[in-house]
Amino acid sequence: MKRFSRFLYAHPGGRLGLLLGPAALWLLVFYLIALLLLLLTSLWQQDVFTSELVRNWTLDNYDKIFSGQDGLWLRIYGRTLLLAAIVTVIDIALAFPLGWFMARVAPPRWRTLLFLAVVVPLWSSILVRIFAWRTILGSSGLLNEFLVDLGVLGGPSSAFLYNETAIVLTWAYVWLPFMVLPVFTALEKIPDSLLEASRDLGAGAWPTFRSIVFPLALPGVVAGSIFVFSLTMGDFVAPQLVGGGSQVLGGAIKDRFGVAADYPFGAALATLTLATLMGFLFVSRRSGAMENA
Amino acid sequence: MSGSRAERWIFGVTSALIYAFLYLPLAIIVLYAFNESTVNSWPFPGFSTRWFDRLLNDPSPRDAAWLSVQIALFSTIFALVLGTGLAFAFARFRFRGREALNFAVTLPIILPGVITGVALASFFLFTGTDLSIRTVIVGHTTFCIVLVFNNVLARLRRVARSQEEASQDLGAAGWQTFLFVTFPSIRRALVAGALLAFALSFDEIAVTFFLAGSDTTTLPLWVLGALRRTRDLPEVNAVATVILAISLPMIAAAAYLMRGEEPGIARAE
Repeated sequence: MKRFSRFLYAHPGGRLGLLLGPAALWLLVFYLIALLLLLLTSLWQQDVFTSELVRNWTLDNYDKIFSGQDGLWLRIYGRTLLLAAIVTVIDIALAFPLGWFMARVAPPRWRTLLFLAVVVPLWSSILVRIFAWRTILGSSGLLNEFLVDLGVLGGPSSAFLYNETAIVLTWAYVWLPFMVLPVFTALEKIPDSLLEASRDLGAGAWPTFRSIVFPLALPGVVAGSIFVFSLTMGDFVAPQLVGGGSQVLGGAIKDRFGVAADYPFGAALATLTLATLMGFLFVSRRSGAMENA
Repeated sequence: MSGSRAERWIFGVTSALIYAFLYLPLAIIVLYAFNESTVNSWPFPGFSTRWFDRLLNDPSPRDAAWLSVQIALFSTIFALVLGTGLAFAFARFRFRGREALNFAVTLPIILPGVITGVALASFFLFTGTDLSIRTVIVGHTTFCIVLVFNNVLARLRRVARSQEEASQDLGAAGWQTFLFVTFPSIRRALVAGALLAFALSFDEIAVTFFLAGSDTTTLPLWVLGALRRTRDLPEVNAVATVILAISLPMIAAAAYLMRGEEPGIARAE
């Protein structure tokens, strides 16, 4: 033992290896090699009759995504991208007023409490929080009852649930804290002097927002957008619980690895998702907005 | 307090509405846990505690919760060991591939769980490993490492090396310096990271879905199944209410431990 610790003292490289090695090895095996195997699986085939993996190299799976089944898979891909973009924009729009209130308007002694109030929902079962929207939007739910009472609707409607609007609403709801927290942190860091200077120079609320607040909050917005966009691109739970039959990428991947049992095609869909998100990460890194996030 | 009266009003009201949006579903869950009927309809059918009684006598959610606790405990312990070592390496050494490793450790939490899940599923298919509680723990540990890593690294960057040097100059052995100087300074970060890792693992569904064996029913997997059975819905709300009641003191504890620190949650870098 003593000799071992003397060796470590004399060899910083050994110390580094001992600290770094286990985690680096874990991530290499259980993440990077796993991702590589996912890519390889997407280049293999599955025997239709025995469901056994056949290690024949082929691009058929990608061919099927880009030109198969009358563009069904491309439509699913495009729809998921669009929904993820909409959800991200909604969450940015909600995070700004809330983050501004938390960081700048409310008394500083409220700040911890307001911050915690955003985090608390994250600590309760995400499945149940998603399911709660079914209770709210369903035909015997809160929203219908409210609208019937107001006289807006003649009778309960089933139009609010099992469609893309319901999925977008639910997604925007469950991921909102992931946008609010980084935006709040960024807004909190803006020096008062800049806002005062802007006011002294006669700038109104909008010019100040456009040329001072938004650019300085951008790192937070980018960090939040990465989370929201990425979580949305891969989720299969919300579409399953409130989305009815609407097909999205996450659900399609899940089905290939589950009921449909077509691993190579599922792996190809997952690789496409991975490539899209890596592209998104690359662009946001290049923009330099991540540096302070 | 800053800004004009109008500004305070506009942002105050908007924020109140957004908080209402955040809490409406939670209120619905807790309310319908006390529902007399099995139908989640409005107006509220009537008050009853019978779902909590049923929960007390129903072994399946209890077994599932126990399994989830075991998985979360093991994943947290592994993440603590791996993440802390990694944080020390980043705080104390310059080495090649630092940026790449930082990216690799963050990636499992940035990318959606479905990617980690199917990648590891392919891995275990390739190696011929049967899916079980062990494969789930591997998946959870992979995305929990970064939570401990971020918290401990942020803490280590603030601790002055001079204290450790003073300890060594005064003749303390390496283990004494670690135990009496270094460890106390990172203790809070370790607890905060562990709480985050435990909470995330306990509620995880996407990675778990692909790595759980047929007899590995974690609590979220039990909930997903129960949501399909209409008669079990109020019991699911009761389960969620119990989880919320248990996690609220945990959040308070984590917040207390992390006071004055950068929020360690939802940070990309």
